[in-house]
Amino acid sequence: MTTREAFARAKAEGRAALIPYLTAGFPSREGFLEAVREVLPYADLLEIGLPYSDPLGDGPVIQRASETALRKGMSVQGVLELVQEVRALTDKPLFLMTYLNPVLAWGPERFFSLFRQAGATGLILPDLPPDEDPALVRLAQEIGLETVFLLAPTSTERRIATVVGYATGFVYAVSVTGVTGARERLPEEVKDLVPRIRAHTPLPVAVGFGVSGRATAAQAAVADGVVVGSALVRALEAGHPLGPILEDIQEGLRQKEPA
Amino acid sequence: MLRLPDFPLPDPRGRFGPYGGRYVPETLIPALEEVEAAYQEAKRDPAFLEELAHYLKTFAGRPTPLFHARRLSEYWGGARVYLKREDLLHTGAHKINNTLGQALLARRMGKRRVIAETGAGQHGVSVATVAALFGMECVVYMGEEDVRRQALNVFRMKLLGAEVRPVAAGSRTLKDATNEAIRDWITHVRTTFYILGSVVGPHPYPMMVRDFQSVIGEEVKSQSLELFGRYPDALIAAVGGGSNAIGLFAPFAYLPAGQRPRLIGVEAAGEGLSTGRHAASIGAGKRGVLHGSYMYLLYDHDGQITPAHSVSAGLDYPGVGPEHSYFADQGIAEYVSVTDEEALEGFKLLARLEGIIPALESAHAIAHAAKVVPEMDKDQIVVINLSGRGDKDVTEAMRLLGGEL
Repeated sequence: MTTREAFARAKAEGRAALIPYLTAGFPSREGFLEAVREVLPYADLLEIGLPYSDPLGDGPVIQRASETALRKGMSVQGVLELVQEVRALTDKPLFLMTYLNPVLAWGPERFFSLFRQAGATGLILPDLPPDEDPALVRLAQEIGLETVFLLAPTSTERRIATVVGYATGFVYAVSVTGVTGARERLPEEVKDLVPRIRAHTPLPVAVGFGVSGRATAAQAAVADGVVVGSALVRALEAGHPLGPILEDIQEGLRQKEPA
Repeated sequence: MLRLPDFPLPDPRGRFGPYGGRYVPETLIPALEEVEAAYQEAKRDPAFLEELAHYLKTFAGRPTPLFHARRLSEYWGGARVYLKREDLLHTGAHKINNTLGQALLARRMGKRRVIAETGAGQHGVSVATVAALFGMECVVYMGEEDVRRQALNVFRMKLLGAEVRPVAAGSRTLKDATNEAIRDWITHVRTTFYILGSVVGPHPYPMMVRDFQSVIGEEVKSQSLELFGRYPDALIAAVGGGSNAIGLFAPFAYLPAGQRPRLIGVEAAGEGLSTGRHAASIGAGKRGVLHGSYMYLLYDHDGQITPAHSVSAGLDYPGVGPEHSYFADQGIAEYVSVTDEEALEGFKLLARLEGIIPALESAHAIAHAAKVVPEMDKDQIVVINLSGRGDKDVTEAMRLLGGEL
């Protein structure tokens, strides 16, 4: 299934697409695969985080998950194998979220090709404003990976226009000026950011950061998709099941708040 | 009249050759553009420069002397050795040159809250100091491990009215404190100014910190012309992130090769480069991205950042500024390293021969000078940047050297 089809299917059902995020190797290699099986029935697309030593866009929950995964031996090779295993479970689009330095360490061409072969659909690069390295973005696209970049409430019209010029797949709208982490309520400005981005691109727009349950999902449902990360990772940390959280969020997506 | 010099680099995209740039979450890009625009404007505003000059002179204690170290010169038996006395500045190190500049810029931008990262606490103390001076709210991030090791500096910062937030993530040291400061900035970007302490981080920080620190080299230029009628033959400085070294080097680095003194940056070899326990990013690192900048960096085969090690907490950082990375590639400056043990020898040597206890950072520069000065001619002149004083290191030195004295 392509990214376009995944968003289109959700739209046809009158709802925003649901995009769960999980940190590869957390709470363990097997625990991660179990969590994937648990979220897949709810997911339209899936985001898999490559654990990194210095995740400066992430809040405490994903920082802790990354540390645990690394301590338990998760590696780039290990994430490649996990992506391959997840690909065997589903044909839904799989996006790898990774900071830039692991890409540079493996060599961009090798890194991109191997993840493409493993079955990744695209990449989310939180510390790469695309105009910093257009050649790298082109390389990923030539290898067949979609390239997703983040926009934030602080993004100016000029930044939005620049960044969407490099985007394929979808555009990731950060709901808050802040790092990842579940929140009780999203700032109202999320409702402005989505149309501001749409004015510049026909690509689907997914809202992420802070979506934790029904209320925040209803706020985020103005977008074409909603990413849920820290709330799931926190539940895994506590040993709670993921299904109820995703059902609650689905409920919120159906009760979309008026724009 | 103080002048902030116009250097040929970085280019308009914040690059020194391939190094530098702005590898940060998109949330910060508009803020970095704002800081850059405000800085470019301030740099040309006589009122800003006058105010900065006023505080550098009356608060920090500039200009600092260029001191002829006669006994040290005699002991080494080579070139004449001069020390640039940044250790005499208020708060005990060169850090104040930069924090005064950035705090004045923050005030000009209407930001009442400043944040900073600190390792040993020298930059943190310096930021807490200027925040008190200008009546700003101040939060300093410091790794839990450093909070424990540097209790005195934590108390100093609190005394100055700053809030110190211990960071429990990762290796609990400077790199993690920097991550946390960046996360704070991402979250409070509209009200907060981030006072970064070294020539690292996203553009415009490596440029701005370099410009504020270049007062060191500018003074050395005019002091040398006055004292010797010419520039020195060699300049030596310790390099962690690289701010004191860039401050000394930059005014000379872009001179034509024939007129340029030999520039020597001294990294921390810790327990030895072969042990893996060191902080020599240029000597033993690879090119990579951390804290927003492409530079020489210490990381493993997967790109995971590896913790740095040095007896000197100020050099204990796994990366090195993009301009140093560029100087290294171009051969504009040479980069070497000395071990903890050699640095401690330098520490003792300067204390005994000149009556100056240097910071352990600066002791690295002394330790390398011990290798090159004896090989030089007697009519040659070497300037060593004495970037800070050793008061903060006395407890650690007592632990390491106690039995030997």
